[in-house]
Amino acid sequence: MKFPIYLDYSATTPVDPRVAQAMIPWLTENFGNPASRSHAYGWTAEEAVETSREHVAALVGADPKEIVWTSGATESNNLAIKGAAHFYASKGKHLITLKTEHKAVLDTMRELERTGFEVTYMDVQENGLIDLEAFKAALRPDTTVVSVMFVNNEIGVIQPIAELGEICRARGIIFHVDAAQATGKVDIDLGALKVDLMSFSAHKTYGPKGIGALYVRRKPRVRLEAQMHGGGHERGMRSGTLATHQIVGMGEAFRLAKLEMGAERERIRALRDRLLAGLTTMEETFVNGDMEARVPHNLNISFAYVEGESLIMAIKDVAVSSGSACTSASLEPSYVLRALGRNDELAHSSIRFSIGRFTTEEEVNYTIELLHNKIGKLRELSPLWEMVKEGVDLNTVQWAAH
Amino acid sequence: MAYSEKVLDHYENPRNVGSFAKEDGEVGTGMVGAPACGDVMKLQIKVDPSTGVIQDAKFKTYGCGSAIASSSLVTEWVKGKTLDEAMNIKNTAIAEELALPPVKIHCSILAEDAIKAAVEDYKKKHGA
Repeated sequence: MKFPIYLDYSATTPVDPRVAQAMIPWLTENFGNPASRSHAYGWTAEEAVETSREHVAALVGADPKEIVWTSGATESNNLAIKGAAHFYASKGKHLITLKTEHKAVLDTMRELERTGFEVTYMDVQENGLIDLEAFKAALRPDTTVVSVMFVNNEIGVIQPIAELGEICRARGIIFHVDAAQATGKVDIDLGALKVDLMSFSAHKTYGPKGIGALYVRRKPRVRLEAQMHGGGHERGMRSGTLATHQIVGMGEAFRLAKLEMGAERERIRALRDRLLAGLTTMEETFVNGDMEARVPHNLNISFAYVEGESLIMAIKDVAVSSGSACTSASLEPSYVLRALGRNDELAHSSIRFSIGRFTTEEEVNYTIELLHNKIGKLRELSPLWEMVKEGVDLNTVQWAAH
Repeated sequence: MAYSEKVLDHYENPRNVGSFAKEDGEVGTGMVGAPACGDVMKLQIKVDPSTGVIQDAKFKTYGCGSAIASSSLVTEWVKGKTLDEAMNIKNTAIAEELALPPVKIHCSILAEDAIKAAVEDYKKKHGA
C-alpha cells in the first residue's frame, strides 16, 4: 500500500495513465495551434480538438456543437451564470441557487448581487436535497437563471435535476447545472434532461487539471454574454488559444468514463458499503446526506465528541477532507454541513471519504482499522465523551466562555 | 499545518490522561472552553492537604493537537508545585515551550485558565 492512502477523489483524481499517454504527443510532436487554418499542424490539432469534443458530448448525451472548452468548472460556472444573467437581464434580475452549492457558484452569485441582481439562496432539507415545493414557491416572474449542482462535492447527494429542469423549462427560466462531481458517476443524458447549461471539469474524472467545458444548449437556443474577449474562439463564447493537450486529455478521460463507469460504479459501491459498515459499528457516528440519492463514491461521516483537527492529525495515513476548513485561526465548520442543520461540533468532526478508480479493498480495510483505533484513542482523551458516558446531557452544561 | 516536534510528542504520547473522582477532597477540577469553540479542557490536580503541594495531575482534552499538547504539558509542570506556584504558570511559557504558532496561542491561554480553574476549585472546597 502507498501512504497516505488516497481517499480524496472528490478533491481531485490522478490522471489515468492511459489519459496521460494520449496527451503527450500533443505537447511535443503535434504542437500546432488548432486555430491555424493554413497548414497541417493546425488542421491536425483542430481534428484532435473536435474528436475530444465528440467524446465529451457523448458522455453526457449532447451534440458536440454544444460543448465549449473552458479552463475548468469554476470558469464554466462563471461563464454560465454571469453570461446568462447578463444576457437575459432585460427579462429580470432574480436568480436562484442553493446554500450548499460550490463556492464557484455562490461567489459568482455574490458578484452578481454587487452588480444589481437579486439572489435567493435556498435552504436544503436535512438530507441535503432540495425541496421541490419550496423551489416552486421561490420562483418569481422576474427569475431568469437557476443554478443547482448535480452531485454535491461534500456529501455526494444527487439533486433531482430532471424535475427541476421540467419546472424551469415550463417557465422559460435558464437552468444551469454544475456537474463537476457528476461525470463518470451518474448517467447524464442532456437529450432527455431539460438543462440549458452544464459545467464540467476534467480533473474530477481522471483527466488533467486546467481544462473543463460548458454545455450550451442549441435547441432551444441559449445565449450567453462572453466573459473572456479576444480572438473569438469557441464561437465567440470563450476566446483564448485552445490547449490541445489538455483537451485531448479531457476527451480521453471522458471516453474512458463512458466505457467503464457502469462496472466502476458497482466496484466502488461495494467498497463504499464495506467502509460504511466498518465505520458505523462505532458509537455516535452519523452519515451526512441522503443515502439513496447519493453517488457511491462519497461517504461523509461525523464522529461525535472528537475534534476535527485532531482527528485529521490522527489519521494522517489517509488523505481525506475534513468538515472544517482549518486554514485560519479559528476552524470554520463546513457551510454545507451547517445547511443540513448539523451543529458546529458535528460539522467540525466530520470526514469526507471519497473513493475512486484506484482504491483497493486492502486500503479500505486499513482505513477502517485506523479510524477505529484513532477515534477510540481521541474519545478516551475527550472530556465530552466522558461526560456523555456518565449520562450528562451536554446541552445542559454551562460552558465557561473563552 | 506544521506542528513542532514537542506538540507532536505530547499529541502522540499524551502524559497523565485520565480522571480523578471529582468529589475527592484532595482533588481540584478545572473545566474550560466550549464544544462550539472547538476546545474543552478538563484539568484535575491532587493536592497534599498538609503541604499544599500538587502531588498528581490528570487531564482530558477535546481539541486540536496544540490544545492536547498544552494540557498534557501543564499536567507535568504543575506536579510538585504549590498552589501559588501553579497559579504563576503563564500561557507565554507554555506557548514558548511548545513553539505554538500565533494561531494556536489560544490553546496555551486555555491551559493557563484550566490551571487557575482547578486551583480555585480546590480552594473553594477548602473554604479558602
